[in-house]
Amino acid sequence: MRLFTYERASDAWQAASAVAVQPEAKFISGGTNLLDLMKLEIERPAHLVDISRLALDRIEETPDGGLRIGAQVRNSDLAADPRVRSRYSVLSQALLAGASGQIRNKASTGGNLLQRTRCLHFYDRNMPCNKRNPGSGCAALEGFNRMNAVLGASEACIAVHPSDMAVALVALDATVETVSPAGATRTIPISDLHRLPGSTPHIETELALGEMITAVTLPPPLPGRQIYRKVRDRASYAFALVSVAAVVDVSGGHVRSARVAMGGVAPKPWRAVEAERGLVGKEASDRTFVAAAEAALQGAVGRGDNDFKIPLAKRTVRHALATAAEM
Amino acid sequence: MTEKTANKAESLPHGIIGQPLNRVDGPLKVTGRATYAHEHELGDKPAYGHILGAAIAIGRIVDIDTAEAERAPGVIKVMTFRNAPAQPAFGAPVTPTVPEVFTRARPMLSTDRVRYYDEPVALVVAETFEAARAAAGLVRISYEKEEGAFDLAGRLDEAYAPGRTNAGFETDSAIGDFEGAFASAAVTVDATYRTPYEHHNPMEPHATLAVWSGDELTIYTGAQTLANFQAGIANTLQIPPDNVRIVSPFVGGGFGSKLIVHPDTVLAAIAARELRRPVKVALTRQQMFANAGHRAEMAHQVRLGCDGDGRLAAMGYDVWSATSRFEEFCEQTAVFARSLYAAPNRLTRHRLVPVDVNRGEWMRSPGEAPGMLAFECAVDELAERLGLDPVELRRRNEPAEDPERGIPFSTRNLVACIDEGARRFGWEKRNAMPARVQERRKLIGMGMAAAIRPNYIGAAAARVAIDAGGDVTVRLDMTDIGTGTYTILTQIVAESLGVPLSAIRIQLGDSSFPRTAGSGGSWGAASSGSAVHDACSKLREKIIQAALSDAADDAANAEVSFVAGEVWIDGRAERLSDLLRRVAPNGIEAEGTVQPHSRNNLYKNYSQHSYGAHFAEVAVDRDTGEIRMRRMLAVIGAGRILNAKTARSQILGGMIWGLGAALMEETVLDPRHGQFINHDLAEYHVAVNGDVPDMEVVFLEEHDDKANPLGAKGLGELGVCGAGAAIANAVYNATGVRVREFPITLDKLLPHLPTAAI
Repeated sequence: MRLFTYERASDAWQAASAVAVQPEAKFISGGTNLLDLMKLEIERPAHLVDISRLALDRIEETPDGGLRIGAQVRNSDLAADPRVRSRYSVLSQALLAGASGQIRNKASTGGNLLQRTRCLHFYDRNMPCNKRNPGSGCAALEGFNRMNAVLGASEACIAVHPSDMAVALVALDATVETVSPAGATRTIPISDLHRLPGSTPHIETELALGEMITAVTLPPPLPGRQIYRKVRDRASYAFALVSVAAVVDVSGGHVRSARVAMGGVAPKPWRAVEAERGLVGKEASDRTFVAAAEAALQGAVGRGDNDFKIPLAKRTVRHALATAAEM
Repeated sequence: MTEKTANKAESLPHGIIGQPLNRVDGPLKVTGRATYAHEHELGDKPAYGHILGAAIAIGRIVDIDTAEAERAPGVIKVMTFRNAPAQPAFGAPVTPTVPEVFTRARPMLSTDRVRYYDEPVALVVAETFEAARAAAGLVRISYEKEEGAFDLAGRLDEAYAPGRTNAGFETDSAIGDFEGAFASAAVTVDATYRTPYEHHNPMEPHATLAVWSGDELTIYTGAQTLANFQAGIANTLQIPPDNVRIVSPFVGGGFGSKLIVHPDTVLAAIAARELRRPVKVALTRQQMFANAGHRAEMAHQVRLGCDGDGRLAAMGYDVWSATSRFEEFCEQTAVFARSLYAAPNRLTRHRLVPVDVNRGEWMRSPGEAPGMLAFECAVDELAERLGLDPVELRRRNEPAEDPERGIPFSTRNLVACIDEGARRFGWEKRNAMPARVQERRKLIGMGMAAAIRPNYIGAAAARVAIDAGGDVTVRLDMTDIGTGTYTILTQIVAESLGVPLSAIRIQLGDSSFPRTAGSGGSWGAASSGSAVHDACSKLREKIIQAALSDAADDAANAEVSFVAGEVWIDGRAERLSDLLRRVAPNGIEAEGTVQPHSRNNLYKNYSQHSYGAHFAEVAVDRDTGEIRMRRMLAVIGAGRILNAKTARSQILGGMIWGLGAALMEETVLDPRHGQFINHDLAEYHVAVNGDVPDMEVVFLEEHDDKANPLGAKGLGELGVCGAGAAIANAVYNATGVRVREFPITLDKLLPHLPTAAI
């Protein structure tokens, strides 16, 4: 771990400007991902701005009937919030499917969105990795890539985004609020927060230098039943091979509305827009769900060890939809 | 003198031995007062060493630039092959004798050659751990990389036959005409399985504090066998063994990965000598994957041939294992099969394929863990081919004597374990047709397998001292690696001397105490327990003699017993402490020993093993292929149980290891660069609490009088043996899919699971 300096931020704007002004600075909150990466010198910040004590730790109702979640709300608190559990159960389920109790107690909402990939080759500094060392190549393309992406990847990078929480937020159409070093605020639809790798996999989000997430806002609750289904190699503390967030409203035997998002398959939490489009108005039947699962994986490309993710994701989407539709 | 004692260990069925006593060291551990290797604090503030590992698997260091690291804050020294002290050369891949593998010199930073990925190439020593680690990132190294060989499956034609296996077993065994009998057998199975690289991953990473005082070196570390560490350090540093003291009172898990010195110990010792101050070195979790041993990748071909009734005519087991090119390690994977089932024609062979990876080491149940995982699946396959219940197939092949050595078994309760297990588990409810039992969207299956593990005993000595107040101190260089040694030795002493538990202090983990064989090969309890038992017997005799000479009694005919803090002599009771104050005001001590099995005729003349039967029930998600355990049961016949609770914990731990091996544990070796890729606990999956189902352990009443005076046999590794195969067989029974490449992950099942209508 490189030696670094540290400061505790007093307010959000000051934190953002500190990261912009200080060379090689980064925000730190729970540190559950950043500290691991620093020990391995995959992240080598010279300066840390601690934002964990900022007054961004509340969950408030919004005038339109949604919820505004402070960026410093801990994952465990968010999962346990009665309003989240009753109105946005897919979010609570996703949070509890992630990491371990200890990590959820430390990890923040904003930090969870910005955690970095678990690609095994990203974690070995001696190996080429375009995300870690732009232009060096991708060790995963021809190497062991069982955990890697089948959707949205590029020849430069096939890493997946590891968050469970973000998959639920994408299904719920959340928006992200930020503050810039100049003090300006803006909102970003969550689906636009993360970028696809293209030829620049080291640029992972739309956030500018020093721009800090202050809150995540949920629109009013969706009608229908909410399911988060995570498929993994062991019962707990394992990243998703495939996960599916599904919110399905069925009335009179027909799908009135549907949201489908997937984790573990792409460089960002993946909204399956085509699958959703194909569901609305259709009979809530196995045939409909099979077609939606096919649509969700349209264009998927396996890289060898991860080929199984394509049929696995289809089967999981189909089953999650059926469960959400209470079939 | 006849000693008709009511408290000889072997004669008291309901004494303290065997009771489920809580760990006597438990309060120390849960309150953080048990001191582990890296936690030792002494007078002088130590310096901290951080190891920098090689970025290539095979080749040569061309240049090392340490200037920037040396200028970094707090750095004291950067040690590389250029300035490290001279050490003996590593030597040949195979040591002349078996024991030398444990004691040979293991030089560090002594050449420019790199033999495996992440091999130590520099030690950065600084005032703090953080400073050392930061500076390690500033060392610049250029390498001349050479092409390495890492693949096993594609290079079986390069295999060679080693001179012996681990623990000195014959490489091959052959009885009768295997090929002929197999070719003409009515029903056969010829199946090849693959088991992957695995890592021990004890919770406590390897760490050492080295402290010199003049010519004398004290090593505080986590060690299973102190004598190996003492010899390994003495041979590497070329100093007399008597000048090396090893201290290891508590060990946070070993599983075979702490039997010999590793880079932390050697480098701490060297650096502390150079710097003339204490030095601490710990391996990071990631570094442990290359530098603290592993189980090698293997291919297993099992060929079984039997008649229509399921009686084996031919049993063949060939194993190919990867081995380090520079130090051979041949796991004795097929050896258990030489004793397991009857068959007139038999063949077992071990072959090795050299790879440019660090040496394999002893990992919990070396041999049986990977071997029974494969072999007991093949037996299940044969049962299905025969249309015979796997329980019945095993019953029909129960040998009357050791099938290859032609000598009787000491105690062998394999069939009793299987029958008791089948009854308790509800085996009769199993549907022999696979993929027929479904609950909602889960496929349910049951499987079983046998367990066998050789019983060993190693040379051990122990000193027991009692003071005039009746307080007992026991010293031996045995270790407690989480197994419960402190507790069972306390029980043996309490029963032998009739003293309360509170009067007993067991001191372990110091090489200045009488030497034992340490913890390994499941022999710790029997070896150290027998030595302590012997010491207590001798101490009792000394006490009796002192008492009788004092009373001028007729020593020859006295009846003596030690019970509840009192000594009974010819019907007269006296408090032990009163007696000692009277006849031995300065206390009495005695030393006891036990001979190793190699010098024991009962071992030569009887085939000694522990046995068990595992039963497992799994649920497989038919949509995703996820496998989740539901129930496991082990029925164990392992001689006398010294503590029902710690023994149960040992078996449970073994069963969980079996579960890990069957379903999740695999270290992936990158065939391009030779590094273990998933080298942390997030990506190397061991079973977590959520994966562990309802588990039950049943011990059969047993006393093996051929094994040792206690009647106990080893069981620390028995729980692993066959446990994974029972699970794999349950997965087959649930799904009808036989996966022969371990671990059985869902991606291997999925293509064979039909997509079922919702």
